[in-house]
Amino acid sequence: MITGENLLDRVQASLGAQALETGMAHGILVLQVEPESLVAVVGRLKQEFGFDLFLDVTAVDWPQRRPRFDVVYHFYSTRDFVRVRLKTRVEEADPTVDTLVPLYGSARYMERECHEMYGIRFRGNDDLRPLLLYEGFIGHPLRKDYPKQQEQPLVPYRDVKP
Amino acid sequence: MSATTPVPRQDKSAAFEYLTTRKDEFVGWARKFSLFPYPFVTACCAMEFMSVSSTLYDTDRFGAALPRFTPRQSDLLMVVGTVSHKQAPILRKVYEQMCEPKWVIAFGVCATSGGFYQNYAALPGIDKIIPVDLYIPGCPPRPEMVIDGIMKLQDKIACERHPIINKDF
Repeated sequence: MITGENLLDRVQASLGAQALETGMAHGILVLQVEPESLVAVVGRLKQEFGFDLFLDVTAVDWPQRRPRFDVVYHFYSTRDFVRVRLKTRVEEADPTVDTLVPLYGSARYMERECHEMYGIRFRGNDDLRPLLLYEGFIGHPLRKDYPKQQEQPLVPYRDVKP
Repeated sequence: MSATTPVPRQDKSAAFEYLTTRKDEFVGWARKFSLFPYPFVTACCAMEFMSVSSTLYDTDRFGAALPRFTPRQSDLLMVVGTVSHKQAPILRKVYEQMCEPKWVIAFGVCATSGGFYQNYAALPGIDKIIPVDLYIPGCPPRPEMVIDGIMKLQDKIACERHPIINKDF
């Protein structure tokens, strides 16, 4: 019987060559990969190791660092009850990674959210309209350089006389 | 001796069959006890709204318990919870669909000023887009505070002018 820990060991041994860094954090296997090898690694996670649930994609903004953004993926195995975290780094000038929609249909919405909040572009996802924000919103509000209190109201404000 | 016409007997109860009052006072008295709220409920203050409108605190005592879920049949807009910029056009439209006379309560600190949501998403107070008659602060407000607010609104309605024909009519 394969326990979750054993599975993560096997994943680490098998995919370690394609990863820049590997490690464990709070019981989650963390793999850092190049953006180019992302889809291949995710495909193997899904087909060979049974990570059948795509939990989330988000990004982390490091304003002082080059490359500036981490794109972070989480996967879960509903058979072995373990998680894997994938990280990849992209430049501010070209924050593009390949889409995961061919592998996980649920990636479509999550990539829309990541796109509007951080401005990460997902090559191959043809529907990156705003999801939580609205058409006409300028900028990406979860980037560190977005002014904290900048508003973009849809309804013009009333003239309130004090 | 001449025949006198009999004086019609005064019925005692007829003495109080009419009384005089001012039109504004009378209409205000009628309106303040028939508030039909439209609950524009968006967030966690809804729990407090349910609590205050149900049996224990019972806003029905103030004639303000029967929510109408169409703005066309209501005259009190209760904005309960955070309103985001994306939702602001909906709130504006609901307000415009309500018939005169209408009043607005900002229920909770988010509807009042945005509360702690000072960011790209939240509208900093619904009075930025629609006029507000009464603000009830609190996160969420205590039921006593809401009842106090409704009574203050009733006082305001009772003291208002109530033109039968207004400038838009």
